[in-house]
Amino acid sequence: MSAVLTDTWWLTGRRLKAGMSQPAYVIVSLVQPVIWLFLFGNLFRRVVELPGFGTSSYLDYLIPGVVMMNALSVNMWAGMVTLEEIERGTLNRFLVLPVSRSAIMNSNVVEQAVNTSFQSAVIVLLGWAAGANYPGEIAGMAVLIGGSVLVGTIFGAFSNAIGMLVRQRESIIGINTFLLLPLTFLSTVFMVRELMPGWMQGISRANPLDWAVVAGRSALSADPDWGLVASRGGWLLLLALIAVALSTRTFRAYQKAV
Amino acid sequence: MHNQSQYAVVADGLVKTYPNGVKALAGLSLRVPAGQVFGLLGPNGAGKTTTIKVLSTLARPDAGTALVAGQDPLRAPKPVRRAIGVVSQRSGADPMMTGRANLLLQGRLYGMRGPTLARRVDELLARFALTDAANRKVRTYSGGMQRRLDVALGLVHRPRVLFLDEPTTGLDPEARAAMWAEISKLTADGLTILLTTHYLEEADRLADRLAIVDKGRVVAEGTPAELKGELSGDAMHIELRTALDEAAAKAAEAALAAIPGVREIALDGHRLSARADDAAEAVPVALQRLTAAGVPVATVTAARPSLDDVYLRYAGRRFAEANSTEGGAR
Repeated sequence: MSAVLTDTWWLTGRRLKAGMSQPAYVIVSLVQPVIWLFLFGNLFRRVVELPGFGTSSYLDYLIPGVVMMNALSVNMWAGMVTLEEIERGTLNRFLVLPVSRSAIMNSNVVEQAVNTSFQSAVIVLLGWAAGANYPGEIAGMAVLIGGSVLVGTIFGAFSNAIGMLVRQRESIIGINTFLLLPLTFLSTVFMVRELMPGWMQGISRANPLDWAVVAGRSALSADPDWGLVASRGGWLLLLALIAVALSTRTFRAYQKAV
Repeated sequence: MHNQSQYAVVADGLVKTYPNGVKALAGLSLRVPAGQVFGLLGPNGAGKTTTIKVLSTLARPDAGTALVAGQDPLRAPKPVRRAIGVVSQRSGADPMMTGRANLLLQGRLYGMRGPTLARRVDELLARFALTDAANRKVRTYSGGMQRRLDVALGLVHRPRVLFLDEPTTGLDPEARAAMWAEISKLTADGLTILLTTHYLEEADRLADRLAIVDKGRVVAEGTPAELKGELSGDAMHIELRTALDEAAAKAAEAALAAIPGVREIALDGHRLSARADDAAEAVPVALQRLTAAGVPVATVTAARPSLDDVYLRYAGRRFAEANSTEGGAR
């Protein structure tokens, strides 16, 4: 077990250093959520005036949604990095070392978690600078960031598995393009559930992105519903564990095809 | 007879078909004596890389057994991974990290730490002439430097068996010569090297023993001298101006077969080849008779046997042709 941990440590360090050696990339990756905050925040500003919306500041409402949307849209490309590492021969180099397969997969998960936490924290700070209020304070922010990490883990692991199994950029691009907007709009990222058509309300309840948005928004509110946070968080955690286990299993299929 | 422990690598009847239906290995068997450079020579697509992938625990075969450094790569992959170093065709070094950082990480993943690791990394950087570039990112390296770093990565933990998959493919002649010089020094510490190549010259230069691989099987095995020695006499290569139809081919073969001391006549496209006890005597006669039979001769060459002739003899095709018609490396 300790060998798995130390191997995970070294392999994660490699990925994080590679990321930090490209500061321009880190900054560019933050531009997208900032644009969303600005565009959607202004476009939908007056929806809070709709009867039954229940909040007075759309920015307060939007921030947990943008945090989760960002976690989804960044991590769903994880498979591209895996694909690049397969093509470059890096994955094969690690697979013939005496390190466990789970350490290789864990290093992806931990790196994604660190990146996602950082980006989520920056979005929260930018929101605060733009005048958003977080009555839930530190505990609420921690839940929000933790939820974004779970969203990132679920979709990152899924994307890694696709990359390893299909080994085609086009497939990842196709799946992501297909999934991003439905997952975002069939949720309470932009709109309260009570104001959606009935069929949408049903679908949105089964959307893992929505679980994270609901949990994060509740934890950040003045009166958090901790039961709701625990149940949505629990489901997300379970789904994340399943996704990581599945993607570790895909090494076996990869070994057959390599 | 040889005892099992004299062999660093043993493979028996390896079979592997990829999910897309490509049969990469069709019952490949090998015995690699410890402490030698063993060459797997064959065209692209012959199954050399797949053999390395199976022996290095990366790929699982459909059938067959193997022993690497005394351990089974299928049942006990961890001990095999500790005993081997792998330099695959694709670099695998992280281009965003420095050469030194790549080597340090590789050593740590083998469980090496502290001053022992630092000393080993410095030693390898010096040995592969990378000391000056040690703190530069790998993406700034030339092809030759990157390849030398790849070999250094495979040697960090002092493996007993080193797999080198096409170590000089894509290198310019100067870098290739430097790599050859490095590889031939490696067995001094008792290291066993299994090398794949599709360069005849490379196999001839580096390998103590050779296996010629074609369509997923070993078709001939021995030292380069043995393999060449099995072909008695000189090789005659006759280049024709046009490919022959069936009747003309028969006539050409008959014309050559009638010359005393000429045998093993083979027609491959517009190239005729044969062996002759004495090429100097046979060439003028062959030229005269072929011309008389109406065969359009362009050039005639005669030479001592080369590995190309060995390949032609066992695989039934000329090496360059097999290389260009078969699919690319996987």
